[in-house]
Amino acid sequence: MGLDIKIPIGLMFTIFGVILGIYGLATEGSDMYVKSLNYNVNLWSGIAMFIFGLGMLLFSDIMKKKVKK
Amino acid sequence: MALSFNLSWVDYTIMIIYFIFVLGIGWALKKQMKDASAFLEAGRSLPAWVTGLAFISANLGALEVIGMAASGAKYGMATVHFYWIGAIPAMIFLAIFMMPFYYGSKARSVPEYLKLRFDEKTRGFNAFSFAIMTIFASGISMYALALLMKTLLGWNFHMSLVVSAAIVLVYTYLGGLSSAIYNEVLQFFLIVIGFLPLVIIGMIKIGGWDGMVEKLAMDPMTSGLQHSWQNISPTHPMGSWMGIFFGLGFVLSFGYWCTNFLVVQRAMAAGSMSAARKTPLIGAFPKMFIPFLVIVPGMIAIALLNSGDELFVLPMKGGSYDYDLVVPMLLQRFLPAGVLGLGLTALMASFMSGMAGNVTAFNTVFTYDIYQSYIVPGKSDSHYLTVGRITTIVGVAVSILTAYVAAMFNNVMDFLQLIFAFINAPLFAAFLMGMFTKRTTGHGAFWGLLTGTFSAALVHGFTQPAGATSLVKGGWSGTVLKVFPSEMVQNFWIAIIAFSVALVATIVISQFTKRTKTDEELKGLVYSLTPKVVDDSKHWYQSPVFLAWTVGAIAIVLSIIFW
Repeated sequence: MGLDIKIPIGLMFTIFGVILGIYGLATEGSDMYVKSLNYNVNLWSGIAMFIFGLGMLLFSDIMKKKVKK
Repeated sequence: MALSFNLSWVDYTIMIIYFIFVLGIGWALKKQMKDASAFLEAGRSLPAWVTGLAFISANLGALEVIGMAASGAKYGMATVHFYWIGAIPAMIFLAIFMMPFYYGSKARSVPEYLKLRFDEKTRGFNAFSFAIMTIFASGISMYALALLMKTLLGWNFHMSLVVSAAIVLVYTYLGGLSSAIYNEVLQFFLIVIGFLPLVIIGMIKIGGWDGMVEKLAMDPMTSGLQHSWQNISPTHPMGSWMGIFFGLGFVLSFGYWCTNFLVVQRAMAAGSMSAARKTPLIGAFPKMFIPFLVIVPGMIAIALLNSGDELFVLPMKGGSYDYDLVVPMLLQRFLPAGVLGLGLTALMASFMSGMAGNVTAFNTVFTYDIYQSYIVPGKSDSHYLTVGRITTIVGVAVSILTAYVAAMFNNVMDFLQLIFAFINAPLFAAFLMGMFTKRTTGHGAFWGLLTGTFSAALVHGFTQPAGATSLVKGGWSGTVLKVFPSEMVQNFWIAIIAFSVALVATIVISQFTKRTKTDEELKGLVYSLTPKVVDDSKHWYQSPVFLAWTVGAIAIVLSIIFW
């Protein structure tokens, strides 16, 4: 069945990464992070997910085709 | 009770985006669902990494995340036996020895293999029991999800049930097995990424692994929970070495991973023999490390309770902690809005992958092994495609009904699960004898299965776990010959005895009955009559045999490290 699942996975995590990253920046220093031991988990997980998502997209078939052209 | 999560708009945004992607995958596959094979077997075309991750994800359902964290809190690292000894050897066996028959034969399902290898009655027995079992499993998943959403978020029980069922229905109806499998891959990454922040922050809080060991030692009852094998003894709730090796590691584990169509179906959807054989092995890599995501949080919770963390509470239920709430309470303790939404979405994803897995296995078995075999045979392919689609709707509807049965009569569900456990225990005996000896006959396999099931019920009737209060736990005969330290140990021994009885019965009855299949008919179905598969992997390190050795070696090293 033809569906390159790397594309939806990549897209979803890139979007999650952007949302959590921006939300993390906007709430930097807020006392809601007391729970997570003063780490801004939103910012850090956002960055990690963004990188993961882009990596998935990079290895997907559309990117491979573009490089060949 | 501090059981209300106040979700913010970010949390809801993440949830909604996830659901859009889930439904979008189903929609994207819609056009490709042209025949029954595409819908029910994913056209046998998927790459190994996709089927491999789906193989694990289909099993990473509700029971896994909630139940394994609860078990981690109660029994500590000993719970890894369900992952290492209780899964890896069976997955290797399936990949190396059994996949060539499943994939190489023309069978489209596990019951159909039984029909080709043995006879109609063995197939019928397996098809009907499997179909009923998967529907109930799917119903229980739905019930558990709706109950959790009600407890945590205050959502309406009926609404949660219907909405989650509707989402699963839409994406399995549109894209069939491929849609379920692709979504399982998405869910796999979501579950891993969603739970990682929790484990990392929790670990930092309790001072890493050493800090956790120290805090576990504060209470003599929980001291030493970080060991997997060291505490194992006949009085341990997981029982003796014998029970773990043969009961869990052999009979139950091989019976599940090698014969349960829910997982085997994922491997059968692979694009080539080599990919099908690699499926369980690729799945085995993440499988070995899932304990750190699902068991370790349970131990973190105990360490927090021992050292008195003012922000962490675990509600009580009937005189002891309600261990099923370990994961939700940890999410609430450590995660702020944002990642909290991600964690909850991951939790929902794990329920849905369990549900969708059951629904897609059910519609294949129903369409091919029940409808096409007994009700309306010999129709066109498009007829069976339509039946497959209708079965999906009916399957989800019946699942909702069983979810309500589960909500109203807890005992009925316990009783049914018990019956399925009896039927499953001897199943591997039939496969083992059928695949590796040509002398085993259909009568031998069928009556072996029945004798095994009956003996399981009998052992259950004469034994009990410690502190049993109802007859559904055992001892229904009125005479209790043996009291086991826990229900788990009782299950291991019921499995061992049922398997042994089934094995002996299959061999003996086969000797006294005539073979109905010729050598020619058994070609591709029995080991001695099948040409050895030649692997076509490009590089030696991609071959199933090399992967199998690697997986085995890592599992042994992990067992030694966490002895």
